[in-house]
Amino acid sequence: MAQPLAKKDDDRDEEVDYSPFLGIEKGAVLQEARVFNDPQLDPQRCSQVITKLLYLLNQGEALTKVEATEVFFSVTKLFQSKDIGLRRMVYVMIKELSSSADEVIMVTSSLMKDMTSKTDMYRANAIRVLCRITDGTLLTQIERYLKQAIVDKNPVVASAALVSGIHLLQTNPEIVKRWSNEVQEAVQSRAALVQFHALALLHQIRQNDRLAVNKLVSSLTRGSVRSPLAQCLLIRYTSQVIRESANNTQTGDRPFYDFLEGCLRHKAEMVIFEAARAITELNGVTSRELTPAITVLQLFLSSSKPVLRFAAVRTLNKVAMTHPTAVTNCNIDMEGLISDQNRSIATLAITTLLKTGNESSVDRLMKQITNFMSDIADEFKIVVVEAIRSLCLKFPLKHRSLMNFLSNILREEGGFEYKKAIVDSIVILIRDIPEAKETGLLHLCEFIEDCEFTYLSAQILHFLGIEGPKTSDPSKYIRYIYNRVHLENATVRAGAVSTLAKFGAMVDGLKPRIFVLLRRCLFDTDDEVRDRATLYLNTLGGDGAVVETGADVKEFLFGSLDIPLVNLENSLKNYEPSEKPFDINYVPKEVKSQPLSEKKAPGKKPTGLGAPPPGPPSTVDAYEKLLSSIPEFANFGKLFKSSAPVELTEAETEYAVNVVKHIFDGHVVFQYNCTNTIPEQLLENVTVIVDASEAEEFAEVASKPLRSLPYDSPGQTFVAFEKPEGVPAFGKFSNMLRFMVKEVDPSTGEAEDDGVEDEYQLEDLEVVASDYILKVGVSNFRNAWESMGADFERVDEYGLGPRDSLAEAVNAVIDLLGMQPCEGTEAVPPNSRSHTCLLSGVYIGNVKVLVRLQFGLDGPKDVAMKLAVRSEDETVSDAIHEIVASG
Amino acid sequence: MELCPLIKNILLLDSEGKRVAVKYYSDDWPTNSAKEAFEKTVFTKTQKTSARNEAEITMFDDYVVVYKFVLDLHFFVTGGENENEIILASVLQGFFDAVGFILRGTVDKREVLENLDLIFLCLDEIVDGGIVLETDANVIAGKVASHSMDDGAPLSEQTITQALATARERLARSLLT
Repeated sequence: MAQPLAKKDDDRDEEVDYSPFLGIEKGAVLQEARVFNDPQLDPQRCSQVITKLLYLLNQGEALTKVEATEVFFSVTKLFQSKDIGLRRMVYVMIKELSSSADEVIMVTSSLMKDMTSKTDMYRANAIRVLCRITDGTLLTQIERYLKQAIVDKNPVVASAALVSGIHLLQTNPEIVKRWSNEVQEAVQSRAALVQFHALALLHQIRQNDRLAVNKLVSSLTRGSVRSPLAQCLLIRYTSQVIRESANNTQTGDRPFYDFLEGCLRHKAEMVIFEAARAITELNGVTSRELTPAITVLQLFLSSSKPVLRFAAVRTLNKVAMTHPTAVTNCNIDMEGLISDQNRSIATLAITTLLKTGNESSVDRLMKQITNFMSDIADEFKIVVVEAIRSLCLKFPLKHRSLMNFLSNILREEGGFEYKKAIVDSIVILIRDIPEAKETGLLHLCEFIEDCEFTYLSAQILHFLGIEGPKTSDPSKYIRYIYNRVHLENATVRAGAVSTLAKFGAMVDGLKPRIFVLLRRCLFDTDDEVRDRATLYLNTLGGDGAVVETGADVKEFLFGSLDIPLVNLENSLKNYEPSEKPFDINYVPKEVKSQPLSEKKAPGKKPTGLGAPPPGPPSTVDAYEKLLSSIPEFANFGKLFKSSAPVELTEAETEYAVNVVKHIFDGHVVFQYNCTNTIPEQLLENVTVIVDASEAEEFAEVASKPLRSLPYDSPGQTFVAFEKPEGVPAFGKFSNMLRFMVKEVDPSTGEAEDDGVEDEYQLEDLEVVASDYILKVGVSNFRNAWESMGADFERVDEYGLGPRDSLAEAVNAVIDLLGMQPCEGTEAVPPNSRSHTCLLSGVYIGNVKVLVRLQFGLDGPKDVAMKLAVRSEDETVSDAIHEIVASG
Repeated sequence: MELCPLIKNILLLDSEGKRVAVKYYSDDWPTNSAKEAFEKTVFTKTQKTSARNEAEITMFDDYVVVYKFVLDLHFFVTGGENENEIILASVLQGFFDAVGFILRGTVDKREVLENLDLIFLCLDEIVDGGIVLETDANVIAGKVASHSMDDGAPLSEQTITQALATARERLARSLLT
């Protein structure tokens, strides 16, 4: 900085915005850079020019390729100078230029000379620069020096080599992996940072070898890692090992937990925090394991350092999502943080409190939050909104202030995800808190008046169509809806038309007005909008006469699609255009679940050759296709349900057989999937002889033998029974496999001509109640339960006797009933003493059934259950109770 | 999965949010305008806070930023959202204190600009390609100082020191060869 230095004393105090770089310009500096080529180098002046160049680059000035290359080559001339300061700047400059200049490799020889220099600083920097510009070939040449540098006694040199190794591992892994021994030695270094860099590199070299990582962790957690940074790394590696060995933690103590806990007493804060965070993130962490971590985090909450408070509150916030009770101890400290100067800390504290707080603190919290909302990022706002939603569901009495809050923030600026979170929350509150319905709907109406997101408008319109007609004054929503028809894009317009039709269908008083509006929609520019308007006018009888809407029209408009969308999609894809129209009634309703036995059925022989044979057809679609292709079963009608395969043989037997029960309205078909596991045998004419003497209501009507069953290639044989139409029938069936066995010459694969009749006893098979219940889920159990009504409700209590756990009891009842668990209620939180499980299904005869199971622990092990059933038919409600009573 | 703590950038801005010296170690901001946009966001988000005694912290767009101000200078260190905040803070503290040592306590924009070469060296010694090289301010400042001339000494003295150094090195070389 020759000039500024000279001017320094005069200008300094007068100029307010003094800068030594004031007015410097790229062209001029590039001119100045010619001093690098002087035969008599002036190190100080060269340093100043480099600083100017670095300043320009740092300010975002870009050099063209030619300029960069030119500067680069003149800079390399500076290696002649022995000035240490200048050399240091040269290194920095080369690194800056290495990405933009051509032929950077030319500088290699100078750098290699520095790399073998006696001066530590030269060695360290030359290594760092060289690794930036090197390629694979060059790297092999310098590998020897790098390996030496890794174990250099100067920590700066060692670190430089190790860090460069970490970077090079991305591009030349095979070379860096050869340095393992040196790196391992460096891990033992007494210099803290060397240990850190060595550990990082060693782990990256071994990261794909789980065993090696395991060994590394076990040996280091026992020894003493000195550097706090290295200790943080070790904690991360340990967590990874714990995660990956998660399957054997069921018994006894978690491996390495003691190490993590020990780190909570480390003297460095970064290590304490790293360990506390690692503990809170353990899979299925128990409260006993959590306690010490929460305690140290709680101490951080009252630290004078904002960084510590932030780190602690952020971690506790995450813990509160899964273990709210573990965090309640910190509530007093949290409340103190609401007024924290740092808004991020305050927000995190608030959302944590929302998750753990109680009813009395709601209003106070809400006041605090309002002040913060404008200051925080959308990402945080979404968190706050979600926290408020769950809080409102927890304390429905507080819906007024919470709903107000939501509508206020809905009007403010925000991105799609944020707005969606708010709308979703309002929708959920309306659905679950009846008192909040009318105000909530009006808030939503106001929102769609000025909503830029098509998705949200369409969603709200649909919701309005369902909830609006049921309010005390449905007419007040019509204006909002019809405005959409004028002002929006086609998607929203079509949605608005459907919504109008729903109002028309439900509210007779509005019909004439709705018809007028719908007729106007007939002139819309969009096909879909016109089509919908026409369709609804016709279904609602829009010829002027106000007639009561028929039940089937209501069903069409409001009825939920009781078919899983995936199944519908599959069926539509499989449908081939033909004379026969697509029939929605043939779409399977069963929620698909992959049968477990698919892998079990085929040959269990350990010496199984070749590729495993394909499993039996398993999905509902496939079953249906298979059965309809058999003429004997063609007139059985629509398949109601296919069970999961039931094994009829032990594992490792000569013949593996499992059975699938197909239930039709008046028939049952057993599909026996057989596999021959003996290479020396060919089975022919395979049938199953079924003895139905313990199943009185069943009469055998057809049997379809399997012509031939070669080794390891599964085949099916079927037996069909008639049963009373439309009602369940139960019974036990004993099975005998009968076949003709022929010897096969293993060398040629030829079978002998003569065979012997043989039989093979299979296990018994039962047709049980759950075979007559389809797993059909409902999206909103509460709504479905309410709308089903209590007419055919049956409630009773049962003692389930001693059980291993609540979860085990819940699963047993779900299996017994064969119904679909709803809203994730099949999962029982660990250590809970009571649990409610919601099930839904369809009983044979197409009767919807809903079940509410309330479990409670009665004494240490005894489980008691209250079973409430609602259905459309009282005999069905009774039948469900019978299943449980006899199960 | 990346397990090693990584620094995304280190920023030194002035009291108007203008760049004094910055260093990016991540590809998250590929262009200069992306970098400037990030600096603007960081600056506006933190501007009103007081980070003069203790380092402060904020989080946005999946980044955690720790920062500290002194006079007309704003120091920032950025990491990914899952980074250990205390590690980031230790890097910030290392940078902040090292600059203090190098400038002998007079830390303001003018002083920094006049010694910008040393600030660049300082950044170079703290982080390499995102990996923390050193967080101890004494060590960082020591490394920077040992590589440069003693900037506090008058010009004539500097030349002498330099001449001595060169002489020593020549002597050493002649002895070796």
